[in-house]
Amino acid sequence: MPENTGEHDCSCGKGLTRRGFLSTAGATTALVAVSGRINVNVAQAAASEITSEDMAKITLDINGRQQRLLVEPRWSLLFVLRDRLGLSGTKVGCERGECGACTVLIDGRPRYACMTLAVEATGRKITTIEGLMNGEQLGQTQQAFLEEDAYQCGYCTPGQIMAAEGLLRINPDPTSEQIATGMSGNLCRCGAYPHIINAVNSAGAKKRN
Amino acid sequence: MLPGFSYTRPETLKKAVEELKAAEDAYLHAGGTDLLGCLHDGVFPAGKVVSISALKGLQEVRKLSDGGLLIGALTTIRTLETDADIGARYPVLSQAAAEVASPQLREQGTLGGNLCQKPRCWYYRGEFDCLRKGGKECFAFNGQNQFHCILGGSACYIVHPSDTAPALLALDASLQVSGPQGERSLPLSELHVAPNDDPRREIYLEAGEIITAIKLPKPAAGLKSSYRKIRARQSWDFAVAGVALALVMDNGTVKDSRVVLSGAAPIPWRSQKAEQALQGKPLNAEAAGLAAMEAMADARPLEHNAYKVPMFKGLIKEELLKFIAD
Ligand SMILES: Cc1cc2nc3c(=O)[nH]c(=O)nc-3n(C[C@H](O)[C@H](O)[C@H](O)COP(=O)(O)OP(=O)(O)OC[C@H]3O[C@@H](n4cnc5c(N)ncnc54)[C@H](O)[C@@H]3O)c2cc1C
Repeated sequence: MPENTGEHDCSCGKGLTRRGFLSTAGATTALVAVSGRINVNVAQAAASEITSEDMAKITLDINGRQQRLLVEPRWSLLFVLRDRLGLSGTKVGCERGECGACTVLIDGRPRYACMTLAVEATGRKITTIEGLMNGEQLGQTQQAFLEEDAYQCGYCTPGQIMAAEGLLRINPDPTSEQIATGMSGNLCRCGAYPHIINAVNSAGAKKRN
Repeated sequence: MLPGFSYTRPETLKKAVEELKAAEDAYLHAGGTDLLGCLHDGVFPAGKVVSISALKGLQEVRKLSDGGLLIGALTTIRTLETDADIGARYPVLSQAAAEVASPQLREQGTLGGNLCQKPRCWYYRGEFDCLRKGGKECFAFNGQNQFHCILGGSACYIVHPSDTAPALLALDASLQVSGPQGERSLPLSELHVAPNDDPRREIYLEAGEIITAIKLPKPAAGLKSSYRKIRARQSWDFAVAGVALALVMDNGTVKDSRVVLSGAAPIPWRSQKAEQALQGKPLNAEAAGLAAMEAMADARPLEHNAYKVPMFKGLIKEELLKFIAD
C-alpha cells in the first residue's frame, strides 16, 4: 500500500503555501468563462435591468485589491468571496443572518456577507479575515484569539474575529457590556464565549498600545 | 444559493417607483436583511429586485423647522441607536433600535425595511402552506403557539416582529410615501394591516409605493418615553413581550399617553384602554397597576402563550413606575 507522504501527493504544487495556492486559484476562477450573457457594469444597472440570466460586470474592493468579476444578481458576497475568489476564511453558516460565521467588514463596519448581494457591495471597502494579516503574520485581533485560546472547533472563529475587529475599530476601548453586545451577533456552538470575551479585551489592549 | 431574480438599482426615486410598479412580483431591496432571508427560505419568490440603496437623500436625519424630526427611510437601525439628538429627544426610539437584531444587522437594516418586514411565525417562514401565504389555515392556532399573539388575532395569529414600529407609534410618527400618483403622507397607525382586514397582507402601500421618510412631531413639553423588550435569549431575538411608552407629564400627572405593545398582536398594538386608565391620573403604583390590567383586558391567549398575560402586566407596570423614580 503506497504510503501517503502528504507533501509529495499535494496537488497544490511545491513552493506554494496553502494560502498562496488559494489566492492563485481565486484569481483564475475570477476569469473563468461564464455561460450567461454579459451585461453592462452594475453601475449602469440604474439604466437597465440585469435579468436573472445575465451576468453583471462588477468591481469589488476586497482587502485593498480591486477584483473584477462577473456575477449573477442573486449571488451573495459570501458566495463570491469563497467560491469565486477562493477567500475561504469567511465561513458559511446559517445563510440567513443568524449565526455570524460570515461576518466581514464593509466600510469598516461588521456585516453579514450572506445577507449582502455581491452587486450591492460595489463601491465599498470589503475586509475579510485574510485582510487582517500582515504578510504571513497574524493581525493583532487574530493573535489575541490565538493567545487566549478563544475557540474549540474554530469554525465560527473568523466571524468572531471580524466582529471583534469591527467593534474595536468603532469603539477602541469597550466596556465588558459593550463587548458582550458587540459580539452578540456571533454564535459559538462550542461555547467558547468566556475565552472569546478575553480575546476581545486583549485585542483592544494590543491595539491601544 | 438564492433563486434567480432580475435586479435593478435606479438612481432616482421616480425610476424606482416605475420599476416597482412595472412588475407584480417586484420587491424593494433596502438593506436586504429581511428580503434575502425570505427568498432564501422560499417564503415567496421575487421575479425582480428593485434596490433603493443608491437613492440619494433617503439617509438623512434632519431636524425640521417646526421642531420635529425627519428620518430618511434608508437610515440604518444603527444610526437610530447612536444618534445623539434621537437619544436626547426621543429615547423610546433609540432604546428600541438598540434592541433590534444583532450589531451586524443593525448596521445594514434600514428603518423603512424594519417597518415593512415580513412576519417571523415559524409556520409562515417554514414549509407550511399557511393562510398568510395563500393556504387555507393558520397552523399556529392549534399548533406550537408559545410566541404567537394574545391580542388582535383572528384567522392569523402572528405577532408583528418590529421593535421600531411600536416606538414610532408611541411618538405619533407619520410616513412620507412616494408612488405612481405622487407623494402622500400616511400616519404610521394606518400602515399595518390587521388580519381581520386581510390576513394575507402586512402593509397598506399601493403598487409602486415607496416610503421615503418617517416624520416625528416635536416632543411635547414634559414628554417621557422608553422602550423595554423581553426576549427568550439575551444575544439577539424578537420580542416575546415589549412595551413602548410615551407619557406627557405635568407635575406628576399624566396629561397624555401612548402605550404600544410589541410581541402582543399581529400589528404593533396601541392599547387605548391602558392610556385611558392613565389619563389625568397622578402616576403612582395604583395607576400603573390599573393601566397594566387594562392593557390585558382583551387578551385571548392561545394554548401555549398564556404566560404572556402576567408577563405584560408586570412589564407595563414596572416600566411606568420607572418614570416616577426619574
Ligand atoms: C436574525 C434576525 C434577527 C432580527 N431581529 C429583529 C429584532 O429583534 N427586532 C426587529 O425589529 N427586527 C429584527 N429583525 C429584522 C431586521 O431588523 C429587518 O430585517 C431590517 O430592519 C429590515 O431592513 P432592511 O433595510 O434590511 O429591509 P429589506 O430586507 O431591504 O426590506 C424588507 C421589506 O421591506 C420592504 N421595504 C424596504 N424598504 C422599504 C421602503 N422604503 N418602502 C417600502 N417598502 C420597503 C421590502 O420590499 C421588503 O419587503 C431581525 C432580522 C434577522 C435576519
